[in-house]
Amino acid sequence: MTAGLVVEGASYRYAGAAERSLRNVSLELAPGRVIGVAGANESGKSTLCLLAAGLAPAVIGGRLEGSVRIDGVETTAIPPHGLAQQCGLLFQNAATQLSNTAATVFEEVAFGPCNLGLPVPEVIERVWWALRAVGVEEIAPRDPARLSGGQGQLVALASVLALRPRYLILDEPTSELDPAGTRLVAETLARIARETGAGILLVEHKMDVLARIADEVVVLAEGSVTLSGPAAAVLADPRLAELGVEPPAGVRLERAVREAGLEWSTALAEAIE
Amino acid sequence: MTNTTAMAEASQAESSVLPDFVRRIPVRPYLALHPVTKATLAMVGAIVAFGVRGWTGPAVVFVAVVVSGAVAGVLRRTLPFALATIPLVASILVVNTFLYPNAKDAIVTVGPLTPTWTGATAALQATLRVVAFGLSAAVFALTTPIDDLLVELERRGLGRRGAFVVGSALGSVPRTVERAREVTDAQRARGMDTEGGLPRRFRGLVPLVGPVVFGALAEVEERTMALEARGFTAPGRRTLLRKLPDSRPQRLARWALLVGSICLVAVSLAGAVKLP
Repeated sequence: MTAGLVVEGASYRYAGAAERSLRNVSLELAPGRVIGVAGANESGKSTLCLLAAGLAPAVIGGRLEGSVRIDGVETTAIPPHGLAQQCGLLFQNAATQLSNTAATVFEEVAFGPCNLGLPVPEVIERVWWALRAVGVEEIAPRDPARLSGGQGQLVALASVLALRPRYLILDEPTSELDPAGTRLVAETLARIARETGAGILLVEHKMDVLARIADEVVVLAEGSVTLSGPAAAVLADPRLAELGVEPPAGVRLERAVREAGLEWSTALAEAIE
Repeated sequence: MTNTTAMAEASQAESSVLPDFVRRIPVRPYLALHPVTKATLAMVGAIVAFGVRGWTGPAVVFVAVVVSGAVAGVLRRTLPFALATIPLVASILVVNTFLYPNAKDAIVTVGPLTPTWTGATAALQATLRVVAFGLSAAVFALTTPIDDLLVELERRGLGRRGAFVVGSALGSVPRTVERAREVTDAQRARGMDTEGGLPRRFRGLVPLVGPVVFGALAEVEERTMALEARGFTAPGRRTLLRKLPDSRPQRLARWALLVGSICLVAVSLAGAVKLP
Protein backbone atom coordinates (compact mmCIF):
# COMPACT_ATOMS: atom_id res chain seq x y z
CA MET A 1 0.00 0.00 0.00
CA THR A 2 1.35 3.45 -0.97
CA ALA A 3 1.02 6.04 1.80
CA GLY A 4 -0.19 9.35 0.47
CA LEU A 5 -3.00 11.12 -1.27
CA VAL A 6 -2.58 10.46 -4.95
CA VAL A 7 -4.47 12.17 -7.75
CA GLU A 8 -3.63 10.45 -11.00
CA GLY A 9 -4.75 11.64 -14.43
CA ALA A 10 -7.94 13.03 -12.92
CA SER A 11 -10.49 14.85 -15.04
CA TYR A 12 -13.78 16.00 -13.57
CA ARG A 13 -16.97 17.45 -14.96
CA TYR A 14 -19.71 18.83 -12.70
CA ALA A 15 -23.19 17.37 -13.17
CA GLY A 16 -24.91 19.26 -15.96
CA ALA A 17 -21.75 21.09 -17.06
CA ALA A 18 -20.65 20.97 -20.68
CA GLU A 19 -16.96 21.47 -19.97
CA ARG A 20 -14.60 19.63 -17.68
CA SER A 21 -13.42 21.70 -14.72
CA LEU A 22 -10.27 19.63 -14.25
CA ARG A 23 -8.24 18.04 -17.00
CA ASN A 24 -5.74 15.27 -16.49
CA VAL A 25 -4.48 16.52 -13.13
CA SER A 26 -1.88 14.49 -11.25
CA LEU A 27 -0.21 15.14 -7.93
CA GLU A 28 1.06 13.13 -4.98
CA LEU A 29 0.79 14.36 -1.42
CA ALA A 30 3.01 12.42 0.94
CA PRO A 31 2.46 12.41 4.73
CA GLY A 32 4.16 15.37 6.42
CA ARG A 33 4.48 17.31 3.15
CA VAL A 34 2.77 20.55 2.12
CA ILE A 35 1.70 21.05 -1.49
CA GLY A 36 0.55 24.53 -2.41
CA VAL A 37 -1.98 25.03 -5.16
CA ALA A 38 -2.12 28.37 -6.96
CA GLY A 39 -3.94 29.70 -9.96
CA ALA A 40 -6.25 32.42 -11.18
CA ASN A 41 -9.97 32.40 -10.37
CA GLU A 42 -11.92 29.61 -12.11
CA SER A 43 -8.73 27.65 -12.68
CA GLY A 44 -10.11 24.58 -10.88
CA LYS A 45 -8.51 24.93 -7.44
CA SER A 46 -11.67 24.45 -5.40
CA THR A 47 -12.76 21.58 -7.64
CA LEU A 48 -9.40 19.91 -7.02
CA CYS A 49 -10.07 20.22 -3.27
CA LEU A 50 -13.48 18.55 -3.58
CA LEU A 51 -11.98 15.80 -5.71
CA ALA A 52 -9.03 15.18 -3.39
CA ALA A 53 -11.36 15.07 -0.36
CA GLY A 54 -13.58 12.51 -2.07
CA LEU A 55 -16.68 14.73 -1.99
CA ALA A 56 -16.66 14.90 -5.78
CA PRO A 57 -18.26 12.89 -7.21
CA ALA A 58 -19.47 10.93 -4.12
CA VAL A 59 -21.58 13.73 -2.59
CA ILE A 60 -22.08 16.30 -5.35
CA GLY A 61 -22.26 13.98 -8.35
CA GLY A 62 -20.51 14.70 -11.63
CA ARG A 63 -18.16 12.53 -13.63
CA LEU A 64 -14.64 11.59 -12.60
CA GLU A 65 -12.11 10.05 -14.95
CA GLY A 66 -8.77 8.91 -13.59
CA SER A 67 -8.05 8.00 -10.02
CA VAL A 68 -7.96 9.58 -6.53
CA ARG A 69 -6.49 7.35 -3.82
CA ILE A 70 -5.88 7.80 -0.13
CA ASP A 71 -3.19 5.50 1.19
CA GLY A 72 -3.77 3.22 -1.77
CA VAL A 73 -7.58 3.07 -1.51
CA GLU A 74 -9.81 4.73 -4.12
CA THR A 75 -11.83 7.53 -2.48
CA THR A 76 -14.92 6.27 -4.30
CA ALA A 77 -14.65 3.09 -2.21
CA ILE A 78 -14.64 4.93 1.14
CA PRO A 79 -17.89 6.20 2.72
CA PRO A 80 -18.04 9.99 3.42
CA HIS A 81 -17.74 9.55 7.21
CA GLY A 82 -14.66 7.39 6.66
CA LEU A 83 -13.15 10.05 4.45
CA ALA A 84 -13.84 12.68 7.12
CA GLN A 85 -11.38 10.94 9.43
CA GLN A 86 -8.74 10.56 6.75
CA CYS A 87 -9.07 13.77 4.83
CA GLY A 88 -10.16 17.03 6.45
CA LEU A 89 -11.55 19.70 4.15
CA LEU A 90 -11.75 23.38 4.94
CA PHE A 91 -14.01 25.36 2.62
CA GLN A 92 -13.43 28.86 1.38
CA ASN A 93 -16.55 30.20 3.08
CA ALA A 94 -16.26 29.56 6.81
CA ALA A 95 -19.87 30.61 7.45
CA THR A 96 -21.26 27.63 5.58
CA GLN A 97 -18.82 25.26 7.26
CA LEU A 98 -20.13 25.90 10.75
CA SER A 99 -23.00 23.72 11.88
CA ASN A 100 -25.34 26.53 12.98
CA THR A 101 -26.46 24.37 15.89
CA ALA A 102 -23.78 25.00 18.52
CA ALA A 103 -24.14 27.58 21.26
CA THR A 104 -20.40 28.00 21.81
CA VAL A 105 -17.23 27.79 19.74
CA PHE A 106 -16.19 24.84 21.92
CA GLU A 107 -19.32 22.88 20.97
CA GLU A 108 -18.91 23.88 17.32
CA VAL A 109 -15.41 22.40 17.21
CA ALA A 110 -16.72 19.35 19.09
CA PHE A 111 -19.39 18.78 16.42
CA GLY A 112 -17.15 16.58 14.22
CA PRO A 113 -15.65 14.41 16.98
CA CYS A 114 -19.14 14.00 18.48
CA ASN A 115 -20.42 12.81 15.08
CA LEU A 116 -17.82 10.07 15.20
CA GLY A 117 -19.15 8.92 18.59
CA LEU A 118 -15.84 9.42 20.40
CA PRO A 119 -15.79 9.24 24.23
CA VAL A 120 -16.42 12.61 25.93
CA PRO A 121 -12.89 12.98 27.43
CA GLU A 122 -11.35 12.41 24.00
CA VAL A 123 -13.71 14.93 22.41
CA ILE A 124 -12.75 17.51 25.05
CA GLU A 125 -9.05 16.84 24.64
CA ARG A 126 -9.27 17.13 20.84
CA VAL A 127 -11.27 20.36 21.00
CA TRP A 128 -8.79 22.10 23.31
CA TRP A 129 -5.89 20.86 21.22
CA ALA A 130 -7.45 22.16 18.00
CA LEU A 131 -8.42 25.52 19.52
CA ARG A 132 -4.93 26.00 20.92
CA ALA A 133 -3.35 24.96 17.63
CA VAL A 134 -5.00 27.88 15.83
CA GLY A 135 -4.70 30.23 18.81
CA VAL A 136 -8.39 30.79 19.52
CA GLU A 137 -8.89 29.01 22.85
CA GLU A 138 -9.89 32.31 24.48
CA ILE A 139 -13.02 32.52 22.30
CA ALA A 140 -14.15 28.99 23.20
CA PRO A 141 -17.19 30.26 25.21
CA ARG A 142 -18.41 32.61 22.47
CA ASP A 143 -21.35 32.18 20.11
CA PRO A 144 -20.02 31.00 16.72
CA ALA A 145 -22.68 33.07 14.95
CA ARG A 146 -21.16 36.26 16.31
CA LEU A 147 -17.54 35.86 15.23
CA SER A 148 -15.66 38.06 12.80
CA GLY A 149 -14.80 36.60 9.38
CA GLY A 150 -11.24 35.84 10.45
CA GLN A 151 -12.26 34.24 13.74
CA GLY A 152 -14.87 32.17 11.91
CA GLN A 153 -12.20 30.92 9.54
CA LEU A 154 -9.92 29.94 12.43
CA VAL A 155 -12.79 28.15 14.19
CA ALA A 156 -13.62 26.31 10.96
CA LEU A 157 -9.97 25.29 10.69
CA ALA A 158 -9.98 24.12 14.32
CA SER A 159 -13.13 22.10 13.55
CA VAL A 160 -11.28 20.29 10.77
CA LEU A 161 -8.18 19.73 12.91
CA ALA A 162 -10.30 18.24 15.71
CA LEU A 163 -11.09 15.31 13.41
CA ARG A 164 -7.33 14.57 13.31
CA PRO A 165 -7.28 13.67 9.64
CA ARG A 166 -4.11 12.29 8.04
CA TYR A 167 -4.51 14.72 5.16
CA LEU A 168 -5.72 18.30 5.26
CA ILE A 169 -7.20 19.98 2.24
CA LEU A 170 -7.53 23.69 2.80
CA ASP A 171 -9.23 26.00 0.34
CA GLU A 172 -7.87 29.47 1.02
CA PRO A 173 -7.75 29.21 4.82
CA THR A 174 -6.31 32.72 5.18
CA SER A 175 -8.57 34.64 2.79
CA GLU A 176 -10.29 36.57 5.58
CA LEU A 177 -7.35 36.86 7.96
CA ASP A 178 -5.20 39.86 8.76
CA PRO A 179 -1.39 39.55 8.41
CA ALA A 180 -0.97 38.35 12.01
CA GLY A 181 -3.73 35.74 11.58
CA THR A 182 -2.25 34.65 8.26
CA ARG A 183 1.16 34.20 9.84
CA LEU A 184 -0.35 32.25 12.74
CA VAL A 185 -2.22 29.89 10.42
CA ALA A 186 0.83 29.40 8.19
CA GLU A 187 3.03 28.58 11.18
CA THR A 188 0.36 26.29 12.64
CA LEU A 189 0.00 24.36 9.39
CA ALA A 190 3.76 23.98 9.06
CA ARG A 191 3.90 22.72 12.64
CA ILE A 192 1.02 20.30 12.13
CA ALA A 193 2.68 18.85 9.04
CA ARG A 194 5.98 18.54 10.91
CA GLU A 195 4.71 17.21 14.23
CA THR A 196 1.71 15.09 13.27
CA GLY A 197 2.91 13.95 9.87
CA ALA A 198 -0.29 15.18 8.21
CA GLY A 199 -0.06 15.87 4.49
CA ILE A 200 -1.48 19.28 3.56
CA LEU A 201 -2.91 20.40 0.23
CA LEU A 202 -3.15 24.15 0.52
CA VAL A 203 -4.96 26.35 -1.99
CA GLU A 204 -3.75 29.92 -1.56
CA HIS A 205 -3.81 33.27 -3.31
CA LYS A 206 -1.19 34.62 -0.90
CA MET A 207 2.04 33.34 -2.39
CA ASP A 208 4.03 34.46 0.64
CA VAL A 209 2.21 31.79 2.64
CA LEU A 210 3.18 29.14 0.10
CA ALA A 211 6.75 30.44 -0.02
CA ARG A 212 6.88 30.07 3.75
CA ILE A 213 5.50 26.57 4.22
CA ALA A 214 4.99 24.67 0.94
CA ASP A 215 7.42 21.97 -0.12
CA GLU A 216 5.98 21.87 -3.63
CA VAL A 217 3.67 24.13 -5.61
CA VAL A 218 1.23 23.26 -8.36
CA VAL A 219 -0.18 26.01 -10.57
CA LEU A 220 -3.48 25.39 -12.31
CA ALA A 221 -4.81 27.18 -15.37
CA GLU A 222 -8.15 26.30 -17.00
CA GLY A 223 -8.30 23.05 -15.07
CA SER A 224 -4.84 21.77 -16.02
CA VAL A 225 -1.53 21.71 -14.20
CA THR A 226 0.69 24.21 -15.97
CA LEU A 227 3.56 24.46 -13.50
CA SER A 228 4.64 22.14 -10.74
CA GLY A 229 7.74 21.38 -8.76
CA PRO A 230 9.66 22.50 -5.67
CA ALA A 231 8.06 25.61 -4.13
CA ALA A 232 11.10 27.87 -4.52
CA ALA A 233 11.49 27.05 -8.21
CA VAL A 234 7.80 27.39 -9.13
CA LEU A 235 7.31 30.62 -7.17
CA ALA A 236 10.34 32.16 -8.90
CA ASP A 237 9.17 31.06 -12.36
CA PRO A 238 8.74 34.09 -14.64
CA ARG A 239 5.59 32.54 -16.19
CA LEU A 240 3.75 32.81 -12.88
CA ALA A 241 2.42 36.33 -13.52
CA GLU A 242 1.14 35.29 -16.97
CA LEU A 243 -0.91 32.60 -15.21
CA GLY A 244 -2.63 35.20 -13.05
CA VAL A 245 -0.55 34.53 -9.94
CA GLU A 246 1.42 37.26 -8.21
CA PRO A 247 4.87 36.04 -7.14
CA PRO A 248 5.83 36.29 -3.45
CA ALA A 249 7.19 39.60 -2.14
CA GLY A 250 10.72 38.19 -1.88
CA VAL A 251 10.75 37.20 -5.57
CA ARG A 252 9.34 40.55 -6.66
CA LEU A 253 11.91 42.38 -4.58
CA GLU A 254 14.74 40.32 -6.04
CA ARG A 255 13.52 41.10 -9.55
CA ALA A 256 13.24 44.78 -8.78
CA VAL A 257 16.77 44.82 -7.36
CA ARG A 258 18.17 43.02 -10.38
CA GLU A 259 16.22 45.18 -12.84
CA ALA A 260 17.72 48.24 -11.15
CA GLY A 261 21.15 46.82 -11.95
CA LEU A 262 21.96 46.15 -8.30
CA GLU A 263 23.46 43.03 -6.88
CA TRP A 264 21.11 40.57 -5.15
CA SER A 265 22.98 38.84 -2.38
CA THR A 266 22.06 35.66 -0.56
CA ALA A 267 22.55 37.51 2.72
CA LEU A 268 19.84 40.00 1.71
CA ALA A 269 17.48 37.18 0.77
CA GLU A 270 18.07 35.54 4.14
CA ALA A 271 17.52 38.83 5.95
CA ILE A 272 14.15 39.21 4.17
CA GLU A 273 13.21 35.65 5.08
CA MET B 1 7.12 13.98 41.19
CA THR B 2 8.57 17.17 39.78
CA ASN B 3 6.60 20.40 39.58
CA THR B 4 6.61 20.22 35.80
CA THR B 5 5.13 16.74 35.80
CA ALA B 6 2.50 17.74 38.34
CA MET B 7 1.55 20.76 36.27
CA ALA B 8 1.36 18.68 33.11
CA GLU B 9 -0.91 16.16 34.86
CA ALA B 10 -3.10 18.93 36.27
CA SER B 11 -3.38 20.45 32.81
CA GLN B 12 -4.24 17.04 31.35
CA ALA B 13 -6.94 16.52 34.00
CA GLU B 14 -8.31 20.00 33.38
CA SER B 15 -8.48 19.47 29.64
CA SER B 16 -10.56 16.30 30.02
CA VAL B 17 -13.26 18.07 32.05
CA LEU B 18 -16.14 19.73 30.27
CA PRO B 19 -15.78 23.51 30.76
CA ASP B 20 -18.43 25.29 32.82
CA PHE B 21 -19.67 27.31 29.85
CA VAL B 22 -20.62 24.04 28.15
CA ARG B 23 -21.99 22.39 31.28
CA ARG B 24 -23.93 25.60 32.03
CA ILE B 25 -24.25 25.19 35.75
CA PRO B 26 -27.60 26.80 36.61
CA VAL B 27 -27.47 29.77 38.92
CA ARG B 28 -31.12 29.51 40.02
CA PRO B 29 -33.16 26.48 41.07
CA TYR B 30 -35.79 26.94 38.34
CA LEU B 31 -33.10 26.91 35.67
CA ALA B 32 -31.85 23.59 37.04
CA LEU B 33 -35.10 21.90 36.08
CA HIS B 34 -34.90 19.40 33.25
CA PRO B 35 -36.00 20.85 29.86
CA VAL B 36 -38.82 18.33 29.64
CA THR B 37 -40.06 19.43 33.07
CA LYS B 38 -40.07 23.04 31.91
CA ALA B 39 -41.84 22.04 28.69
CA THR B 40 -44.40 20.12 30.74
CA LEU B 41 -45.00 23.16 32.94
CA ALA B 42 -45.60 25.30 29.84
CA MET B 43 -47.93 22.68 28.37
CA VAL B 44 -49.86 22.30 31.62
CA GLY B 45 -50.13 26.08 31.76
CA ALA B 46 -51.72 26.10 28.31
CA ILE B 47 -54.09 23.23 29.16
CA VAL B 48 -55.30 24.84 32.37
CA ALA B 49 -55.45 28.39 31.02
CA PHE B 50 -57.60 27.43 28.06
CA GLY B 51 -59.35 24.32 29.36
CA VAL B 52 -60.67 25.26 32.79
CA ARG B 53 -63.86 27.33 32.77
CA GLY B 54 -64.17 30.63 34.61
CA TRP B 55 -61.50 32.85 36.07
CA THR B 56 -59.76 30.30 38.28
CA GLY B 57 -57.78 28.42 35.59
CA PRO B 58 -56.20 31.39 33.81
CA ALA B 59 -55.75 33.29 37.09
CA VAL B 60 -53.88 30.38 38.71
CA VAL B 61 -51.69 29.96 35.63
CA PHE B 62 -51.01 33.70 35.49
CA VAL B 63 -49.92 33.81 39.15
CA ALA B 64 -47.86 30.62 38.80
CA VAL B 65 -46.11 31.92 35.71
CA VAL B 66 -45.34 35.29 37.29
CA VAL B 67 -43.93 33.54 40.38
CA SER B 68 -41.86 31.07 38.34
CA GLY B 69 -40.63 33.87 36.08
CA ALA B 70 -39.51 35.83 39.13
CA VAL B 71 -37.85 32.76 40.66
CA ALA B 72 -36.05 32.10 37.36
CA GLY B 73 -35.00 35.76 37.12
CA VAL B 74 -36.59 36.29 33.70
CA LEU B 75 -39.77 38.16 34.63
CA ARG B 76 -38.68 41.46 33.12
CA ARG B 77 -37.65 39.73 29.88
CA THR B 78 -41.16 38.31 29.47
CA LEU B 79 -42.50 41.81 28.85
CA PRO B 80 -41.90 41.78 25.06
CA PHE B 81 -43.78 38.47 24.87
CA ALA B 82 -46.72 40.01 26.77
CA LEU B 83 -46.61 43.04 24.46
CA ALA B 84 -46.63 40.74 21.44
CA THR B 85 -50.11 39.56 22.46
CA ILE B 86 -51.52 43.12 22.19
CA PRO B 87 -52.94 42.80 18.64
CA LEU B 88 -54.68 39.55 19.54
CA VAL B 89 -55.87 40.88 22.89
CA ALA B 90 -57.19 44.08 21.27
CA SER B 91 -59.21 42.12 18.73
CA ILE B 92 -60.56 39.84 21.48
CA LEU B 93 -61.63 42.84 23.55
CA VAL B 94 -63.32 44.61 20.65
CA VAL B 95 -65.08 41.58 19.17
CA ASN B 96 -66.34 40.20 22.49
CA THR B 97 -67.29 43.51 24.10
CA PHE B 98 -69.24 44.81 21.12
CA LEU B 99 -70.37 41.70 19.29
CA TYR B 100 -70.97 39.06 21.97
CA PRO B 101 -73.86 36.91 20.68
CA ASN B 102 -77.22 37.23 22.49
CA ALA B 103 -75.83 39.53 25.20
CA LYS B 104 -78.49 42.02 26.32
CA ASP B 105 -76.89 43.76 29.35
CA ALA B 106 -75.69 46.92 27.62
CA ILE B 107 -73.12 49.06 29.37
CA VAL B 108 -73.89 52.05 27.18
CA THR B 109 -75.21 52.70 23.69
CA VAL B 110 -73.27 55.01 21.42
CA GLY B 111 -74.90 55.17 18.01
CA PRO B 112 -74.79 51.68 16.48
CA LEU B 113 -72.31 50.41 19.11
CA THR B 114 -73.60 48.58 22.17
CA PRO B 115 -70.89 47.11 24.43
CA THR B 116 -72.27 44.56 26.92
CA TRP B 117 -71.23 43.47 30.42
CA THR B 118 -71.36 39.82 29.36
CA GLY B 119 -69.14 40.52 26.37
CA ALA B 120 -66.68 42.60 28.42
CA THR B 121 -66.43 39.83 31.05
CA ALA B 122 -65.82 37.18 28.39
CA ALA B 123 -63.27 39.45 26.72
CA LEU B 124 -61.32 40.02 29.94
CA GLN B 125 -61.40 36.33 30.75
CA ALA B 126 -60.11 35.45 27.26
CA THR B 127 -57.46 38.15 27.61
CA LEU B 128 -56.27 36.64 30.87
CA ARG B 129 -56.07 33.21 29.18
CA VAL B 130 -54.01 34.55 26.28
CA VAL B 131 -51.66 36.56 28.49
CA ALA B 132 -51.21 33.65 30.93
CA PHE B 133 -50.43 31.29 28.06
CA GLY B 134 -48.11 33.83 26.39
CA LEU B 135 -46.15 34.35 29.60
CA SER B 136 -46.01 30.61 30.23
CA ALA B 137 -44.48 30.07 26.78
CA ALA B 138 -42.15 33.02 27.37
CA VAL B 139 -40.83 31.64 30.67
CA PHE B 140 -40.19 28.31 28.96
CA ALA B 141 -38.39 29.93 26.00
CA LEU B 142 -36.31 32.20 28.23
CA THR B 143 -35.23 29.48 30.64
CA THR B 144 -34.57 26.63 28.18
CA PRO B 145 -31.70 26.90 25.68
CA ILE B 146 -32.83 25.38 22.40
CA ASP B 147 -29.79 23.12 22.22
CA ASP B 148 -30.66 21.67 25.64
CA LEU B 149 -33.99 20.67 24.18
CA LEU B 150 -32.29 19.23 21.09
CA VAL B 151 -29.85 17.25 23.23
CA GLU B 152 -32.81 15.78 25.08
CA LEU B 153 -34.74 15.04 21.91
CA GLU B 154 -31.68 13.36 20.41
CA ARG B 155 -31.22 11.33 23.58
CA ARG B 156 -34.85 10.25 23.33
CA GLY B 157 -34.31 8.89 19.85
CA LEU B 158 -35.12 11.79 17.51
CA GLY B 159 -31.82 10.97 15.79
CA ARG B 160 -29.00 13.21 14.71
CA ARG B 161 -30.71 14.17 11.45
CA GLY B 162 -33.97 15.20 13.10
CA ALA B 163 -32.22 17.18 15.83
CA PHE B 164 -29.93 18.82 13.28
CA VAL B 165 -32.81 19.85 11.01
CA VAL B 166 -34.64 21.52 13.91
CA GLY B 167 -31.50 23.15 15.34
CA SER B 168 -30.17 24.26 11.99
CA ALA B 169 -33.52 25.73 10.93
CA LEU B 170 -33.64 27.80 14.13
CA GLY B 171 -29.96 28.72 13.82
CA SER B 172 -30.33 29.84 10.23
CA VAL B 173 -32.88 32.55 11.10
CA PRO B 174 -30.27 35.12 12.24
CA ARG B 175 -28.08 34.21 9.25
CA THR B 176 -30.98 34.82 6.84
CA VAL B 177 -31.79 38.12 8.53
CA GLU B 178 -28.15 39.13 8.23
CA ARG B 179 -28.11 38.14 4.55
CA ALA B 180 -31.28 40.13 3.92
CA ARG B 181 -29.63 43.15 5.53
CA GLU B 182 -26.51 42.70 3.37
CA VAL B 183 -28.61 42.42 0.20
CA THR B 184 -30.66 45.49 1.22
CA ASP B 185 -27.47 47.50 1.75
CA ALA B 186 -26.07 46.29 -1.56
CA GLN B 187 -29.27 47.18 -3.44
CA ARG B 188 -29.42 50.58 -1.73
CA ALA B 189 -25.84 51.23 -2.79
CA ARG B 190 -27.03 50.60 -6.35
CA GLY B 191 -29.78 53.16 -5.99
CA MET B 192 -32.77 51.06 -4.92
CA ASP B 193 -35.28 53.00 -2.83
CA THR B 194 -36.33 50.98 0.22
CA GLU B 195 -37.88 53.84 2.17
CA GLY B 196 -41.18 55.63 1.72
CA GLY B 197 -44.76 54.44 1.52
CA LEU B 198 -46.04 50.87 1.60
CA PRO B 199 -46.29 50.38 -2.20
CA ARG B 200 -42.75 51.65 -2.66
CA ARG B 201 -41.45 49.40 0.13
CA PHE B 202 -43.29 46.45 -1.40
CA ARG B 203 -41.70 47.15 -4.79
CA GLY B 204 -38.34 47.30 -3.00
CA LEU B 205 -38.90 43.76 -1.69
CA VAL B 206 -38.85 42.16 -5.12
CA PRO B 207 -35.11 42.58 -5.81
CA LEU B 208 -34.37 41.37 -2.26
CA VAL B 209 -36.23 38.10 -2.35
CA GLY B 210 -34.26 36.60 -5.25
CA PRO B 211 -30.75 37.06 -3.83
CA VAL B 212 -31.80 36.03 -0.31
CA VAL B 213 -33.68 32.89 -1.35
CA PHE B 214 -31.31 31.78 -4.11
CA GLY B 215 -28.28 32.62 -1.96
CA ALA B 216 -29.65 30.44 0.85
CA LEU B 217 -30.35 27.62 -1.61
CA ALA B 218 -26.83 27.89 -3.04
CA GLU B 219 -25.44 27.51 0.48
CA VAL B 220 -27.31 24.25 0.98
CA GLU B 221 -24.95 22.26 -1.24
CA GLU B 222 -21.87 23.63 0.49
CA ARG B 223 -23.42 22.99 3.89
CA THR B 224 -24.20 19.42 2.87
CA MET B 225 -20.60 18.87 1.83
CA ALA B 226 -19.34 20.49 5.02
CA LEU B 227 -21.51 18.13 7.08
CA GLU B 228 -20.19 15.12 5.19
CA ALA B 229 -16.63 16.38 5.73
CA ARG B 230 -17.35 16.53 9.47
CA GLY B 231 -18.51 12.95 9.72
CA PHE B 232 -22.21 13.71 10.06
CA THR B 233 -23.26 10.49 8.34
CA ALA B 234 -21.11 8.27 10.56
CA PRO B 235 -23.02 5.24 11.85
CA GLY B 236 -23.93 4.83 15.50
CA ARG B 237 -24.95 7.34 18.13
CA ARG B 238 -23.44 10.80 18.35
CA THR B 239 -21.58 11.69 21.50
CA LEU B 240 -23.68 13.97 23.68
CA LEU B 241 -21.35 16.27 25.58
CA ARG B 242 -23.77 17.33 28.26
CA LYS B 243 -25.93 15.19 30.45
CA LEU B 244 -29.00 17.10 31.49
CA PRO B 245 -29.75 16.25 35.11
CA ASP B 246 -33.10 14.58 35.62
CA SER B 247 -34.51 12.91 38.72
CA ARG B 248 -37.25 10.53 39.75
CA PRO B 249 -39.21 13.25 41.61
CA GLN B 250 -39.12 15.42 38.48
CA ARG B 251 -40.34 12.55 36.29
CA LEU B 252 -43.16 11.80 38.73
CA ALA B 253 -44.06 15.49 38.99
CA ARG B 254 -44.26 15.75 35.20
CA TRP B 255 -46.72 12.89 34.93
CA ALA B 256 -48.71 14.11 37.92
CA LEU B 257 -48.99 17.62 36.48
CA LEU B 258 -50.01 16.37 33.06
CA VAL B 259 -52.58 13.87 34.29
CA GLY B 260 -53.83 16.27 36.97
CA SER B 261 -54.35 19.12 34.50
CA ILE B 262 -56.24 16.89 32.06
CA CYS B 263 -58.47 15.62 34.91
CA LEU B 264 -59.06 19.20 36.06
CA VAL B 265 -60.16 20.24 32.58
CA ALA B 266 -62.43 17.20 32.29
CA VAL B 267 -64.04 17.93 35.67
CA SER B 268 -64.44 21.61 34.78
CA LEU B 269 -66.01 20.88 31.39
CA ALA B 270 -68.35 18.30 32.91
CA GLY B 271 -69.48 20.91 35.45
CA ALA B 272 -68.79 18.55 38.35
CA VAL B 273 -66.97 21.27 40.27
CA LYS B 274 -68.07 24.88 40.14
CA LEU B 275 -65.05 27.14 39.99
CA PRO B 276 -65.40 30.90 40.06
